[in-house]
Amino acid sequence: MIAHFEDVIIQTVCRILLPFIQLYGLYVIAHGHHSPGGGFQGGVILGASFILFCVAYDIKEAKRRMSEKLDTMFCSLGLIIYSGIGIICLVLGGNYLNYSRLHHILPVNPIDARSMGILGIEIGVGITVMAVMISLFLNLVSSGEHEEGLQ
Amino acid sequence: MKLLALLAVCATGALLLYGTVDMPDWSDPHSPASIHVSPRYIEKAMEETAVPNMVTSVLADYRGYDTLGETVIIFTAAMACILLIRRPRK
Amino acid sequence: MELILSKYNYWIYIVLMMIGFYAMIGKRNLVKKLVGMNIFQTAIILYFISTGAKRGATIPIVEHGHGEAMQAIHAAHYANPLPHVLMLTTIVVMVSTFGVALALIIMIYRRYRTLEEDEILELRK
Repeated sequence: MIAHFEDVIIQTVCRILLPFIQLYGLYVIAHGHHSPGGGFQGGVILGASFILFCVAYDIKEAKRRMSEKLDTMFCSLGLIIYSGIGIICLVLGGNYLNYSRLHHILPVNPIDARSMGILGIEIGVGITVMAVMISLFLNLVSSGEHEEGLQ
Repeated sequence: MKLLALLAVCATGALLLYGTVDMPDWSDPHSPASIHVSPRYIEKAMEETAVPNMVTSVLADYRGYDTLGETVIIFTAAMACILLIRRPRK
Repeated sequence: MELILSKYNYWIYIVLMMIGFYAMIGKRNLVKKLVGMNIFQTAIILYFISTGAKRGATIPIVEHGHGEAMQAIHAAHYANPLPHVLMLTTIVVMVSTFGVALALIIMIYRRYRTLEEDEILELRK
């Protein structure tokens, strides 16, 4: 077992770098319409930023920032957003996941409503992927105990 | 045992190498994968969904059910991992 | 020569797949088997991506998509987007299977205190 390890350089660089990594992840999610990117890739970048925090600090500190309960709730929140958009389309009279029906509640024409629906889907996928990456990392690295990681 | 594994791997590889003779050439514009449904996606995706990135529009709109299943898969993976090895310390 | 130039990509993927397949069925350590499975999946992903390539085509993103003068889009100018989509989802499945398999390996190690397949089979007798 490795004792608690602290390095001022690593922690400072990580603290400075983290907001930019997370901003880049949000950019990749939101700009997936016009450039390579989308929910899966942006979600993985957001998850990797949290994993960097876990590596530079330790798991207890990381779990103080984002608890396990919140992480599991994010896991299902993304899925609820995804299927919720599908059900909204169903309620508005179209098929499941037929986003053009969203123009009844959004101030856009049916073709742009499809673009908006895709953005909502990507956000849902991004939240789920981020939470799943964090959950898998935390469980695997501490073999399920969430006490000390990387031992 | 290792020899048997090596034989099986070499037999599979030889069969696949024999099969590549019938495959379409590298970056052939008239290969079967490029002429069946993808021209429809490429030509109509922009005017039907207003998304310039065709990968995104096919992923989330034309094949939305596929991606929904995908999201369910990774959700299930996280839940399986938690249920298998999560062991809270008292 | 013509055959080599037009088919060599498939041969690279087949060699990669053979490496992964040998690691899956020839090695005894469970983690090595898992690494072999990842190499196998990577070979298959590369194969599918290579079927989407087109000579003289660019990436499947319409440039200046929201401009006024929208010219007609020809299918020959853009790479096939379908393999990219399918492999994007396959990479996610790969990560999921890898995570669940690592969790199962941790469970096996907790119970048998070893990861060698023959030792586990010996202990189960």
